[in-house]
Amino acid sequence: MIGITAFGAYVPRLRLQKKAMAQTNAWLAPNLIGKAKGERAFGNWDEDAITFAVEAARDALGPQDDRSHIKALYFASTTAPFADRLNAGIVQAALTLEPTIQAADISGTQKAGVTALAQALCVASGAPDGANPSLLVAAGDRRVPKAVSAQEFDYGDGGAAMVVGRQNVLAEWLGGAASTVDFVDHFRGADEAFDYQWEERWIRDEGYMKIVPPVLKRALASAGLEAAAVDHFILPSTFKGIAEGIAKRMGLKPEAVTDNLGTIVGETGCAHALLMLAGVLEKAQAGQTILVAQFGQGCEALVFKVTDAISQFKPRTGLSGWLANRKEETSYMKYLVFNGLVEWDKGMRAEKDNKTALTTLYRYNDGILGLVGGKCQVTGTVQYPRTRISVAPNSPEVDTQEPYKFAERAAKVLTYSADYLTYSMNPPNHYGQIDFEGGGRIFMDIADVEPGEIDSGTEVRMAFRVKEWDDRRGFTRYFWKAVPVR
Amino acid sequence: MAAGIRDKVAVIGMGCSKFGERWDCGPEELMVEAYLEAMADAGIEPTQLDAAWFSTHIDEIGTGKGGTPLSIALRLPNIAVTRVENFCASGSEAFRGAVYAVAAGAADIAIAVGVEKLKDTGYGGLPTGNMGTYIPQTAPNGSAPGNFAQLASAYRAKHHVSREDLKRAIAHVSVKSHANGSKNPKAHLRNVVTEEQVIAAPMIAEPLGLFDCCGVSDGAAAAIVTTPEIARALGKKDLVYVKALQLSVSNGMESQHNSWDGSYFHTARIAAKKAYLEAGIERPREQVSMIEVHDCFSVTELVTMEDLFISPEGQGWKDVMNGFYDADGQVPCQIDGGLKCFGHPIGASGLRMLYEMYLQLQGRAGDRQLSNPSIGLTHNLGGAPASNVCSVAIIGL
Repeated sequence: MIGITAFGAYVPRLRLQKKAMAQTNAWLAPNLIGKAKGERAFGNWDEDAITFAVEAARDALGPQDDRSHIKALYFASTTAPFADRLNAGIVQAALTLEPTIQAADISGTQKAGVTALAQALCVASGAPDGANPSLLVAAGDRRVPKAVSAQEFDYGDGGAAMVVGRQNVLAEWLGGAASTVDFVDHFRGADEAFDYQWEERWIRDEGYMKIVPPVLKRALASAGLEAAAVDHFILPSTFKGIAEGIAKRMGLKPEAVTDNLGTIVGETGCAHALLMLAGVLEKAQAGQTILVAQFGQGCEALVFKVTDAISQFKPRTGLSGWLANRKEETSYMKYLVFNGLVEWDKGMRAEKDNKTALTTLYRYNDGILGLVGGKCQVTGTVQYPRTRISVAPNSPEVDTQEPYKFAERAAKVLTYSADYLTYSMNPPNHYGQIDFEGGGRIFMDIADVEPGEIDSGTEVRMAFRVKEWDDRRGFTRYFWKAVPVR
Repeated sequence: MAAGIRDKVAVIGMGCSKFGERWDCGPEELMVEAYLEAMADAGIEPTQLDAAWFSTHIDEIGTGKGGTPLSIALRLPNIAVTRVENFCASGSEAFRGAVYAVAAGAADIAIAVGVEKLKDTGYGGLPTGNMGTYIPQTAPNGSAPGNFAQLASAYRAKHHVSREDLKRAIAHVSVKSHANGSKNPKAHLRNVVTEEQVIAAPMIAEPLGLFDCCGVSDGAAAAIVTTPEIARALGKKDLVYVKALQLSVSNGMESQHNSWDGSYFHTARIAAKKAYLEAGIERPREQVSMIEVHDCFSVTELVTMEDLFISPEGQGWKDVMNGFYDADGQVPCQIDGGLKCFGHPIGASGLRMLYEMYLQLQGRAGDRQLSNPSIGLTHNLGGAPASNVCSVAIIGL
């Protein structure tokens, strides 16, 4: 049996209230008032497609930090930070996956999430008998449309992850189908900041309604499943009634249509079908069938059947957990600033050159991207970073440290400050000394925190975040930050 | 332990520029101002100087690197100039170099000059520093107040002090320093402030408000040292001797090992113990006449009162509140206004602290003169609580 063996999700904490968005811009775009329902998730300033994917993958993989069973990684995104640097390589390093894995970026279309999952399933099915490869699919998108656009209301930020394999399968892969059609509903040129979008009615009538159904039919046929037998139908679309219309035309049960999270998250780009799938799997019963499809220059569809093992698996936080971990935000300005949509006065302190020495980054790669420190094999002292001579007072053992992973360990704030002086995209800048259960201490930023919320002793978890941008050279620097446990 | 420096070297001249926003001066003019005062005080000619130590921290905006900036500014007679840098303790480092050269017999008379020109950045606070290629990839984008503010949360947690009590105690630290600084014509900040003003000031880095932070100032200070024998031969009387010079440097324990609780300076306690031993001081609370400590932030001064073993651990905030360190208290602290009000031109600060102790010991401190001080201690810190260099120097009669 081949199928999904783990699943995870990530939705950033900030939820911009659409009413506030609409009211702020009503003078300019009164036509958008009709979209003023619910909220949309948006990432903090230091989150991007990669950090979303990493969080979702950690949600799926759980607290166990031995991840040597993962043999391949497919990272799906249309908003990855690098055009030429393996984005999946950053995900690999953050998750401390083995360097011997194959990793690839899958991009260029809004259906990249389901394509990546299909790719992983195909690779798993091609593995020799007896092999038990686990393959990780992680998707994340942070789509930034033009300010005061309809898309701004429709889109959301987030990520999703699936592990594919042959043991402890939660959802068996029954079949699938794909098509490739150069139907350009929207596009973004290689060096462009924003999408260019064609008329909605045309996309609906000539695009979704004509391109998707044949693929679904072939997918169901390959799975040997009748349309009426599908329990969960997942098809992301920001257009009203698309999934319902296709379900009707296909003979799918109306109640099988999965809510697109449009009023609580927004569409998370190519990660969205997998995010919806993660939500379905969290509640699915053994024996239920799932048809998941994604549209974008064609269509990709997969069919699954939920197994008895589903009751044995829980993602660490899950879509439901991330949805509950929310902070209502009514400042449209904050959304603009966090997404780089407004040139604001950052002050002279922001002029600091953030050039990254690539030699240094590589030399300490597991420490910086993987948060791997050291453990002295003689004294047991745990420390960050790993050094040749141990930090243990009075026991300066030499060359005794083995790699020691910090990212999944419980931690607490020892000292902190909320700094209004230093440059920050979200002042005050919180940071402090963080002490880890089992030993070790790291001086680091504290993210997703409100003034007055933390003190010495506050429990925190680690989150992989953007450390800094080097706007001059187009480089994104990543590190881990402490986030209060909520 | 080595025999130590006690009474082997005497200070025969000191100078200090006016501190503040010296829009009229570059680092060169500041150095000249301090140097001319020190030379006049010592009553010697440039040709009598054998060697110089020169401290400045931020070479990118100040003097530039190396020993030449000092030599050129002062037109020194082509003697050795060693540029030293040890964060905010750079001034003490220059003094150490000059004193050790004299003690070693390598120089008969040596000069230490420290300078910092901070107000050429275009913005308030200290400039954002260059921390190499590794640290910026992990360490928070912080500031000096944000680093030192962290003492507060740890101190509160350890000693069960409420936010309000600690805020009032550190406010008193600043009120006292402003009162002292108001009497010092060379001080950067000479206004008197009230506890209410301090508490109500805008937040800089929680819990430190504007008045919890020291002045960011331009300035220079200088010291001329020689052997007691040469000093007497030059006609000097009532010599001010170097009693102790200690420096303790973090080795990463505080920032990387769980044994440090974040509420105190590990290095300060080590340097203080060694300095008292070197100077032969057994009961600092009774024996030290006055102290100039590194009050870069009010909370730093508060915990330092314990690190110097003058206040019992956990009780420093009460001594502060009770006026123990006020000008009329038992151990006056920052009688010249401290970093808080005299100002903090980084490379000069260690020497500025010594300047005040020297004036006080000689009875030349004007309106702020204490009665018959005999032992003065300076505490000069560089870095951050979790990783720093700490100098403790003692001079006396």
